[in-house]
Amino acid sequence: MSLLELKNISKIYGDLKALDNVSLHVDQGEWVAIMGPSGSGKSTMMNIIGCMDKPTKGEVLLDGVDISKESSKALTDIRRDKIGLIFQQFHMVNYLTAVENVMVSQYYHSMPDEKEALEALERVGLRERARHLPSQLSGGEQQRVCVARALINHPELILADEPTGNLDEANENIVLDLFAQLHKEGTTLIVVTHDPEVADAAQRTIVLEHGRIADNRQ
Amino acid sequence: MKNAPLPLKNLIRKPGRTTALVLLTAFLALAVFGGSVIILSLRTGLRSLEARLGADIILVPSEAQSKISFQNMFLQGTTGAFYMDAAVTDKAMGVPGVEKTAPQTFLASLKADCCSVKIQVIGIDPEKDFTVQPWIARSLTGELGDMDVVTGCRVEAGIGEIIRIYDQRCKVVARLEPTGTGLDTAVYCNMGTMNTLLAAAEAKGVSHKISSGDDSVVSAVYVKVKDGYDIDTVNSALTGKLRKVTAVRTRSMITGVSDSLAGISRTVTTMVIVIWALALIILMLAYILIVRERSREFAVLRLIGASGNMLGRMALTESAVCGLAGGLVGTGLAAIGVFSFSALIESSLGLPYLLPDPGTLLLLAAGTVILSAAVSALASAFAAWRLSRVNPGTALREGN
Repeated sequence: MSLLELKNISKIYGDLKALDNVSLHVDQGEWVAIMGPSGSGKSTMMNIIGCMDKPTKGEVLLDGVDISKESSKALTDIRRDKIGLIFQQFHMVNYLTAVENVMVSQYYHSMPDEKEALEALERVGLRERARHLPSQLSGGEQQRVCVARALINHPELILADEPTGNLDEANENIVLDLFAQLHKEGTTLIVVTHDPEVADAAQRTIVLEHGRIADNRQ
Repeated sequence: MKNAPLPLKNLIRKPGRTTALVLLTAFLALAVFGGSVIILSLRTGLRSLEARLGADIILVPSEAQSKISFQNMFLQGTTGAFYMDAAVTDKAMGVPGVEKTAPQTFLASLKADCCSVKIQVIGIDPEKDFTVQPWIARSLTGELGDMDVVTGCRVEAGIGEIIRIYDQRCKVVARLEPTGTGLDTAVYCNMGTMNTLLAAAEAKGVSHKISSGDDSVVSAVYVKVKDGYDIDTVNSALTGKLRKVTAVRTRSMITGVSDSLAGISRTVTTMVIVIWALALIILMLAYILIVRERSREFAVLRLIGASGNMLGRMALTESAVCGLAGGLVGTGLAAIGVFSFSALIESSLGLPYLLPDPGTLLLLAAGTVILSAAVSALASAFAAWRLSRVNPGTALREGN
């Protein structure tokens, strides 16, 4: 069953076609990696799938809803309810502790629950670091907090942009293990990456070049 | 994490930035509360002076220095004495339009061994007096007996204490409420006591004799004009009828004070407005810069589900909390300043200065704090509005 479907989407900035007539579908519970060189349109695609931007042309169906026609407010609601985002730069709120960073996601979604937030941190192996500020955490620990924050509201789709780009090998493995667990539990994962090892962990790899899909391999 | 704590956590965990914003707003509150208290105190002082003078016209000897020094006596407590024939009191009653007259006799005590303090002694006739007597009656239940005195609030002598004036022992029987004028440093007695003091002063070589050699003297006669009569007409009639006497309209005396007060009020108000306008601009720029500096944080919050309006409200809440804290700090500092230095402010301005009642001050303080919070929120409104419209993806890229 399809969770996400891109139908002939293009994103045009002036003369530049960041995405050029791209079509793609991702099934519920699938783990897809998106690869490609810089400027190939990976980030643009991620922004559109993540409800942060709209395509110039084409349709984006997420859970059957065409998000390319939705208002900014509706996109915020969809992003909050259905998508968990993870970034290369971690993007924690720097004045909040690890557990508060997880709870802030609960706060905007429904209701903050510290016990549940601590359980999420436990799952990423950071229960003991719950009261630490981002400045007191290593890069790998910050990324694991971001994974906890992304999964706390049980999203249907986890969208990760170079999630291991700033991590050492040990932390990369921890994050990939977490993704594997989430995938086993039925969460859909789309991971944008440069790293072939990360892409290999996925079920399917899409390769973008010059705004078009150059390869789509299992 | 409930609704408010997120903005509060940011304020608590960014103490440098929060302190700067609070201090800036505190400066605003200090200016508005301090300025307002000074203006209100001057107005209250003027009203008090008007009420205490209580007469339409004051008759003084023509040789009494000048209207200005006469004014200084009331406003700044400058001691002085001048005398005229006591018969002026009754003669004035014969002028059409005069309802009642009240004589007062002044005597300046010496700052010498004979006297505890240098003060202005004012003798009144409790039977006739309609100016000070109503105020004395508030503080003194019985009669003002011989060698009893009632002191202004700034004479340092408690009830029951004895003060020596020209070696005469006078007992303090009551203290008057403050007026914010020179009358607060005066001492009041009845005419019997005043005659004793005049004789004692004479013995010390302080002459109060007038050219006619009459021993029965007064310094000023307060005149109340009957309803329906034109005060200026009565004033002219008094000047025409009474020789060597100048009739001064109390209104003209008050007008001078009132004009000075209006000038000071304008200056203080202008300063407060300029300070507020400048501070509002500085605050607006500060909030715009802060929002820019925090663009990555706001973008992250947008990405994890905060709507633009939520972030706008968060920015407004943060600035309102800073404004509230700044308002409290500034109002507190201004209160300490104006209350501690009210005597210094009064003497510097040379105008009647009386702090408003506690209720008015509390209301003013509350208003200042609320205004500070509102202005602080207003200053951040533009930044909050921009924040509510920002695209999260773009903001995140720019934040990187």
